[in-house]
Amino acid sequence: MTTHRRTVLKGLLGAGVSAVALKAPTVLAQTPVKIGLLTVKTGPLAQGGIQMEQGIVTFLKEKNYTLAGRKVDFISADTGGNPAGAKTKAQELIERDKVHVILGPLAAFELLAITDYVRDHQTPLISLAAAEDVTQRKANPFVIRPSATSAQCCHVMGDYAAKELKYKRAATISEDFAFGYEQMAGFQRVFEDNGGRVVKKLWPPLVTPDYTPYIAQIGNVDCVFNGFAGSNPVKFMRAYADLGLKGRIPLLAGWTAMDDALLRSLGDEAVGVISVAFYSADYGSESNKRFVAAMQKDYGVLPGGYSAGMYVAGQCVEAAVQKLGDAGPDGKTLAEALHQISVADTPRGPVKFDKYGNVVGDVFVRRCERKGGQLVNTVIKTYSNVSQFWTYDEKEFLANPVYSRDYPPAKYIE
Amino acid sequence: MMVQITSAQAAILAVNSIALGGLLFLLSAGFSLIFGLMRIPNLVHGSFFMLGGYFGVTFLDRGVNFWLAALLSAAAMAVIGGLIERFLLRRLEGQILPQVLLTLGLAFIIADICLMVWTGDPWQPSPPPELRGTAQAFGMFFPLYRLAILGVAVVIAIALWLMVDRTRLGAMIRAGVDDPVIARVMGIKVSQLFTLIFCLGAALAAFAGVMGAPYLSVYPGLDFEMLPLALIVVILGGTGSLLGALVGSFLIGFLYNFGQAMFPDLAYVILFLPMVLVLVLRPQGLFGRVEA
Repeated sequence: MTTHRRTVLKGLLGAGVSAVALKAPTVLAQTPVKIGLLTVKTGPLAQGGIQMEQGIVTFLKEKNYTLAGRKVDFISADTGGNPAGAKTKAQELIERDKVHVILGPLAAFELLAITDYVRDHQTPLISLAAAEDVTQRKANPFVIRPSATSAQCCHVMGDYAAKELKYKRAATISEDFAFGYEQMAGFQRVFEDNGGRVVKKLWPPLVTPDYTPYIAQIGNVDCVFNGFAGSNPVKFMRAYADLGLKGRIPLLAGWTAMDDALLRSLGDEAVGVISVAFYSADYGSESNKRFVAAMQKDYGVLPGGYSAGMYVAGQCVEAAVQKLGDAGPDGKTLAEALHQISVADTPRGPVKFDKYGNVVGDVFVRRCERKGGQLVNTVIKTYSNVSQFWTYDEKEFLANPVYSRDYPPAKYIE
Repeated sequence: MMVQITSAQAAILAVNSIALGGLLFLLSAGFSLIFGLMRIPNLVHGSFFMLGGYFGVTFLDRGVNFWLAALLSAAAMAVIGGLIERFLLRRLEGQILPQVLLTLGLAFIIADICLMVWTGDPWQPSPPPELRGTAQAFGMFFPLYRLAILGVAVVIAIALWLMVDRTRLGAMIRAGVDDPVIARVMGIKVSQLFTLIFCLGAALAAFAGVMGAPYLSVYPGLDFEMLPLALIVVILGGTGSLLGALVGSFLIGFLYNFGQAMFPDLAYVILFLPMVLVLVLRPQGLFGRVEA
């Protein structure tokens, strides 16, 4: 035992000496870290994709394109917002450009098209796409997610609506696709576990020119929870107000439906809407103040979850590269480091990861208000250290089917 | 599975159906005339709608009166439409496949230009101040603005009908729709008619884009959401027929509203079912004429 300890000590000493002796040449020889971004700059999904690029570029500029002493090579690729494009561009980034880490892609179906590929090529990937199972039943050791699963924020909304707002009866409305199902399921589960009842679930198709036929069906409820994304929330909230529901039934929203970046497209119809999000431009951390100021200076916009998510992703890469030190940011070691890091000051508060690669962090409850002519989402409550499993037991959670249109079953539909 | 709806809901849906029908008529009247007269499947029509909407919100942003913004946008699009017809489409007369490729390509180009100029953020202007209120009926509120869309659509429908049915120009257009070759032989300058109709169609689509902006909003992808609606309306109503476009628009308006509410499981196909029926039973459309 003693001998063993001594050997280890000796080894450590030796390593220390050699590191000191070789210090000057290693710094010079340090290879740059290559970061590839998969984003969407053309087509209907471009709105979020452009914000993603703005977020990471803002971070890299702040760091003068140097992370933990290494220069950064940044390569941006436009997937066009479809799975085939995502696969092609991922291949280009990995096989031709030899990137160390990929940030993105934007949409869940793009992410699902490349998860096996990045695993086969041992390239870590930091995504904002929310598909639950990517960090749950089908967790991939090369994928981490610093934003949130679909339901991570919605669990919080279920809790807040039942306990603080004391709502008993809720209707949900969201697009008829996986992100919508997973969000509404998370809300329903926590809301009903705390005594509430979801009495109506409405699923308009992704492309719905006019939401009136759906809004007309919302009956006697205490609140409506909506999980729209992209430009749909703008249309939905206007129709909700136009049809006179705004004054009568409070509206709750997921993060994409009331993202800070969307506020400038919205008007009075958004005032009073309570939303949950993993990021709020209103949040007071040092890094967030810098980030918001830089985004307003460079792009003239209030940043939302997509750009903040990419800024945090950049911070995660920096922390992992720092942790690896001279080892170099390669494949498997980088992926492992990304799982182990924690970052104390990000625009969304302290960030760490569970063993499935999903973030454990703050979730904000916000109320939309008009301040000095501008709409802002003011934080009214912060839930800290929120896990993707909420307060449920991890094993039990994973033994259930993944959230869907039919799970958990809606028992109280009228 | 059918969802029961109350009479109050039905009333709201009915009024909304008529309003949506009005907007669809503005969009598809031009599409129908272009298809009927020029035999061009104008796949850039949805882009005219979207670009018109973007022009409109830009004018509105500069403080221009709502109706003036709609007219300015329509005028600008008439010019763009005229240029496209005169310098691009004219070279491809009678060649359907190149026309499809050209108009589709233009639609992609316009979509990317819009993304560059107006960013990916959705724009949603307020309705004109005099129409911001709601009418209350059956315990539900109904926005006045949508009723105004219907009013505007009716006025334009009547104006178009008078033009086509009562004027010399209309007679020439009808002759051109029925038999362009004979019309040419009779001394009608069909190529001038083509430019005129294309400008008119583009202007109407742009006008519809501005009218639709306060409730549909304007955003990337709007072009290819509206194009299929115009196609369905025209297939239902029959090409080249204003009456067909009118009836088709209101049919789709009702089908959309009541279908989405009562048969949510069929939300994706409900608009296409009648189209399939019409194609099988009456391929020329409800009011279309059989080609001679």
